[in-house]
Amino acid sequence: MADKLKFAFLLAGGCAGCEMSLVDISEKLVDALEHLEVVFWAPTVADVKYKDLEAMPDKSIDLAFVDGMIRNSENEHMVKVLRDKAKILVAFGACATLGSIAGMANMHTKEELFKQAYQDTFSTDNPDGVYPTPEYLLDGKYDLTIPEFLPEVKVIDEVVPVEYYVGGCPPHPDFVAAAVEAVIAGNLPPASGKAVCDVCERNPRNQGTDRFLVEEVYRTSEKAPEDGVCLLQQGIICFGPFTQGDCGCSCPKVGIPCRGCGGPIPGVKDYGARAMSAIGSILGSEEAVEQLMQKYPVLAKFYYRYSLPSSLIERKKRAIKKG
Amino acid sequence: MEFKPNIVGFACHWCTYAGADLAGSLRLKYPPSIKLIRVPCSGRIEPEYIIQALANGADGVLVGGCHFGDCHYKDGNYKTARRMKQVEEMIKELGVEPGRFRWEWISGSEGQKFAEVVTEFTETLKELGPNPLKGGN
Ligand code: SF4
Ligand code: SF4
Ligand code: SF4
Ligand code: FES
Repeated sequence: MADKLKFAFLLAGGCAGCEMSLVDISEKLVDALEHLEVVFWAPTVADVKYKDLEAMPDKSIDLAFVDGMIRNSENEHMVKVLRDKAKILVAFGACATLGSIAGMANMHTKEELFKQAYQDTFSTDNPDGVYPTPEYLLDGKYDLTIPEFLPEVKVIDEVVPVEYYVGGCPPHPDFVAAAVEAVIAGNLPPASGKAVCDVCERNPRNQGTDRFLVEEVYRTSEKAPEDGVCLLQQGIICFGPFTQGDCGCSCPKVGIPCRGCGGPIPGVKDYGARAMSAIGSILGSEEAVEQLMQKYPVLAKFYYRYSLPSSLIERKKRAIKKG
Repeated sequence: MEFKPNIVGFACHWCTYAGADLAGSLRLKYPPSIKLIRVPCSGRIEPEYIIQALANGADGVLVGGCHFGDCHYKDGNYKTARRMKQVEEMIKELGVEPGRFRWEWISGSEGQKFAEVVTEFTETLKELGPNPLKGGN
């Protein structure tokens, strides 16, 4: 057996749910560890420091995963370091590939975000209005610094080149296991290209019936979904038709519409625009469109729920700022 | 130098494109600001095309189709309406000035309307100035 593959995992601006998903493959991870040598897994799992990664020779890591988006200067710096050290870099999960939920922050100013996070949330008690600052002088003598909050959320491939993308918030453990096995066997598969609908038992096509146009739109809280019937056909807007289905249709299976965490199926340039196109075609009337716009008053947050920072317009805005 | 807006137009073959043709044969005057892309039906125009054109720096995007009842494929333009209403709203949320996008029903006999729409749209875009998303590619 060849040498073990040197493996690294970095959490950038994410919630570490993606890492939980890797841990969730349980025995399969134990098996995989016979073939993988974990040289870096921080700041979450292994007892290694950033400076240890910085000290490694370039291209000395065979395979590196990064989860989370670029939110602050630390994320940006560490992703660049990891890129230098790794032969193959995988953007792992919705944050890393598309920007995910926290990417919607790009529709707000830093002031709005800080006020919400450090002032207005129920669980926050901040009578003096103390907000984080990159530098702080404590007791007049300790010069403390924290990473700088960047003006926007960026996705990983905006900062460094990425070889592979894995969607999902987080990626489904079954799919992670399949990916890890493929990596070890040395044959990373091409994207499956199967949409959530393709693997959905509710799909009218899989039941031999036709789709029809939808006249009434319901939010999930307004209607209990009927079993065995396509959610979209019941007016509960579901993003299954254009979302990569590696999760095995996790949400519709339990009566929750897909919101697109798996990312776009191949060939889609702009997730939100494609989503709008498909949903626009299934709605039966302008009244139904108006109803949808009333119930989801910010369309960009609806259609780009997991992908706003990776949208063509957002990427372009930042490209221009960078000059 | 005077700013000359660049408009990307998507026009359905059966109506708006024919209307543009008629404007040409009637020798109607309108500014040379529009580059027309012919599509079989306005129902074929994906919001992705519009967003891509704007992200690539087009100063304006015009979508043209047949009037209701006239679509060669019966209901393609109803689909167009259901999408474009949303495009209008979403690009605004993404920070694109609403004046940069316009959709119109222009039939094959409305060469005059085609010329007027392009003239008017060009004027609006002149006031707005160049698309801030231009360049940086
Ligand atoms: S993709 Fe989801 S699970 Fe993964 S880090 Fe981001 S928010 Fe957490
Ligand atoms: S739209 Fe949703 S519920 Fe309907 S078939 Fe597709 S994934 Fe299933
Ligand atoms: S059904 Fe959609 S939202 Fe749910 S896990 Fe799968 S891709 Fe994500
Ligand atoms: S053919 Fe003109 S809109 Fe359909």
